[in-house]
Amino acid sequence: MTVPSLTESTPLNTEAPPILDVRGLWKVFGPKADRVVGSTLSRTELKEQTGCVAAVRDVSFSVRRGEVFVVMGLSGSGKSTLVRCLTRLIEPTAGEIVLDGEDIRTADARKLRELRRHRMAMVFQHFGLLPHRCVLENVAFGLEIRGTPKKERYERAREVLGLVGLTGFENSYPDQLSGGMQQRVGLARALAADPEVLLFDEPFSALDPLIRREMQNEVIRLHHEVGKTMIFITHDLSEALKLGDRILIMRDGELVQVGTPDEVVGAPADEYVANFVSDVPRSHVLTLSWIMRPPLEGEPLDGPELGPDVVIRDAVHTVLSADRPVRVAGDDGLLGVVTSAEILEVIAGGQH
Amino acid sequence: MAAVTAVAARLHKLPDRRLLLALVVAAWVVGWAVLGGRDTQQLGGAELTPLHRDLSQAMDVIDDSRNSNPFFLYFINYIRLFLDDAVTFVQALISQPSFGRPLPVLGWLGVVAIATAVALLGGNRKVAALTAAGFLSFGLLGLWQESMDTLALTLTAVALSLAVGIPLGIWAGLSDRFLRLVTPVLDFMQTMPTFVYLAPLTLFFLIGPASATVATMIYAVPPAIRITAHGIRQVSPETMEAGTSLGATPMQALRHVRLPMARQTIIVGVNQTIMAALSMATIAALIDAPGLGKTVLKALQTLDVGTAFNAGLAIVIMAVVLDRVTSAASRRVEDQRRAGRLRSARRRRIEVTAVLGIAAVLAYQSYTYLWAADFPIEANVGSYVRNAADTASAWVQDSLVTYTNALKNALTNGLLNPFEALLTGSPWWLVCLVAVAVALLVGSARAALVTAIGLLMVLALGLWQDSMVTLASTLVATILVMVLGVVAGVWMGRSDRADTLLRPVLDAGQTMPAFVYLVPILGLFGPTRFTAIIAAVVFAAPVAIKLVAEGIRRVSPTTVEAATSAGAGTWQLISKVQLPMARSGVTLAASQGLIYVLSMVVVGGLVGAGALGYDVVAGFSQHELRGKGLAAGIAIVVLGIVLDRVMRAATQRADAAAHGGLANK
Repeated sequence: MTVPSLTESTPLNTEAPPILDVRGLWKVFGPKADRVVGSTLSRTELKEQTGCVAAVRDVSFSVRRGEVFVVMGLSGSGKSTLVRCLTRLIEPTAGEIVLDGEDIRTADARKLRELRRHRMAMVFQHFGLLPHRCVLENVAFGLEIRGTPKKERYERAREVLGLVGLTGFENSYPDQLSGGMQQRVGLARALAADPEVLLFDEPFSALDPLIRREMQNEVIRLHHEVGKTMIFITHDLSEALKLGDRILIMRDGELVQVGTPDEVVGAPADEYVANFVSDVPRSHVLTLSWIMRPPLEGEPLDGPELGPDVVIRDAVHTVLSADRPVRVAGDDGLLGVVTSAEILEVIAGGQH
Repeated sequence: MAAVTAVAARLHKLPDRRLLLALVVAAWVVGWAVLGGRDTQQLGGAELTPLHRDLSQAMDVIDDSRNSNPFFLYFINYIRLFLDDAVTFVQALISQPSFGRPLPVLGWLGVVAIATAVALLGGNRKVAALTAAGFLSFGLLGLWQESMDTLALTLTAVALSLAVGIPLGIWAGLSDRFLRLVTPVLDFMQTMPTFVYLAPLTLFFLIGPASATVATMIYAVPPAIRITAHGIRQVSPETMEAGTSLGATPMQALRHVRLPMARQTIIVGVNQTIMAALSMATIAALIDAPGLGKTVLKALQTLDVGTAFNAGLAIVIMAVVLDRVTSAASRRVEDQRRAGRLRSARRRRIEVTAVLGIAAVLAYQSYTYLWAADFPIEANVGSYVRNAADTASAWVQDSLVTYTNALKNALTNGLLNPFEALLTGSPWWLVCLVAVAVALLVGSARAALVTAIGLLMVLALGLWQDSMVTLASTLVATILVMVLGVVAGVWMGRSDRADTLLRPVLDAGQTMPAFVYLVPILGLFGPTRFTAIIAAVVFAAPVAIKLVAEGIRRVSPTTVEAATSAGAGTWQLISKVQLPMARSGVTLAASQGLIYVLSMVVVGGLVGAGALGYDVVAGFSQHELRGKGLAAGIAIVVLGIVLDRVMRAATQRADAAAHGGLANK
């Protein structure tokens, strides 16, 4: 499995207030759902005793502005429910969702609509296009709904179609396009409204692998070009590692771990995550900071210098061709050294 | 009820239900032999029971209060006036002399031109040509005015049905609660045999167009509601979610997502509504609705096969034209969506203006000039058609008499007579006991309870004997339907070629108004109860065949492949794999077939079937018999409910058995 890393990822402002803040979110399906909130019963016990299913239980996280935040989990882990709770397509049972200081949970119907029209847009697994409208009308649909005049919305739709590489297909109908192209339409429809946050619900899992990779690259490119905050749902670990600035791993509705790709791979929170990431080639994800060690006494410290955020794979050539340890240095001076021994251990799949 | 449930519970533990069924039947035959002729509750054709007289009197009271009771004065009478005016207005336009003119506003040329223009703009050139030819043939058959009367009634009823049905359908599509509320009502409207509510309707709306319109609407509204609701509901949840996530209001989601995506389905619903309305508009001739149905009815009553055939032909032509035009319209929605961008809106506007312009000119001509208003008499070939049909009928009856008689006698003596003798000859309480036992064995405790109550009601209605005769022919017809259904259904389900061959025939059979069947069958077998049975079989067979075929087709191909690879022969494959796995489909076919057969009972009364059907028909025409007619109508409904419940319970049992459930252990 190859996981090309996002080497030139946009620098994130970690100090700025988060754009989306989720606190103690619960979604329980079943009778008397609100009584289940706070319960610590396991899934089967809960089903037996109350007849309820807790799809999301006590999930908290915050998403930084401009970040690609991936929610990952197997099917049934509650990730799709979670993302639908964010715009209340599914009404959460308990918890707090704050978008840029505005509480989404308490918004009334009108305010919620405004929010959906202007600030958050979603891309769906099976595209959710309108078969009776051509591509241009599909993309302009969101603008039409919020009352943008015809000329203006078609202009904007054309612009967005150019952005996703569908110029020339304005008058085609969805069923005349391939799956990948249909999803581009879905993407354009979400982008047309110029939202602050884009939500992706497993957008590429219905596509075949080659197209999927192409679309992932497209998302990376778009992220660079438009710099939107993206919340991306997937069950595919390599997709999560490839796209995510940070990854949230869910199991049975619960949050298991949140972290950057190298944190998830390098320091899995529990056995579940460890199992999950065991097949990932670590050298493609981990950075030098994960394998560097303090210099030994008498070791020459005049070798080449690399930053701590350099992915191991990209450092291989430098380290293996140097005849002395490679210095790993940050702004604060020397952090440690890396030699061919450490590199080879990672590549050979040695235990962490 | 508790006792019945206990018995049912014990029955499940007993070894074999088939053996028990055989025992019940054997006991019945013995009981009939011993007790035959006692307590059979016979009642002569013109005899009345006190209940029938009371019903007659009650109907008289309602008649008398028409102009005094506030319910009539402020409610029913207004509806009646409105409906009468609506139909009369459309008639004034196309069929009846009006506004001081000796002829309707639009003559034949105008109507043909407008109908063709509508077919061209809504459908395509092919159906436009068909429409022109079809409408001209009404004139050629010498039935222009009758056809236009039928068309006027149908169009009015369709317009009103859609005005009621589509909004309700949308509501039922959006609200689960409302759907749950209307579904049983629609079920009832659709399972109730159509003829049964004609007589009670005339009580409220008098004889004439208003009653006919209401009757037609009762029959035509359910498909409009159901199909619209289905169209609204089948929109994929993700697409709806996409709309909501973009901030669509519920109204916007309905207008921009649900309705456009349901449009094609809704047009299918319009098609079904039109076909149902046409079918009922002809049947409404029984309560004096104007049009082709009346011509057929009169001809049937005088056994004039030629005239009946001529008018029947016009009905068939009208059905085909209306069906093709609306089908083409629904396909056009799809085609337009795909090809729409190839044709500019401007070109379409020019086309519309041109077509409507020509139609308007022709319509004006037909308004002004006699030659374009009154269909030329010289072009009337109706008499040739009548004579040809008469000759053909006579020839067929003469030369095929050996075969038709053989068939008739075999079925009559082999199946119908013994069964009828058994049902009518046994004491009523024995029949009740047997029926309850059978309902318990093939259905459920609940079905047995409904059976008991239903049969006691039939007894109370004073029509036991007639009901048993009707029941006998209904069951015999259903057996024939099922034989046909399984044979043709299996063939159709297994072979694609058979499917392409049979399907159009079955479709045609289903779109044909029920009246029309009677004509050729009457020509073949003459007026007997056998004619009625065959008509019912022809009416019900398409549904049964289609349902069986669908059941066979639904059997998973992997299972069939597995059986074939294990070396099963064709016959083994059918009998051991496909039919058992399609069991619930077959049972469903039987229950639907039964309902269809029962709805033809009254029609059978027109051609010599006697019994309940005759009672209803006689109630239409003879004032003193109308109480009895009403009772007979109620008896038909009760029989229908009993049979429907038992068959449903049997279907559920088959379903459960197919999924390894409780039954048949």
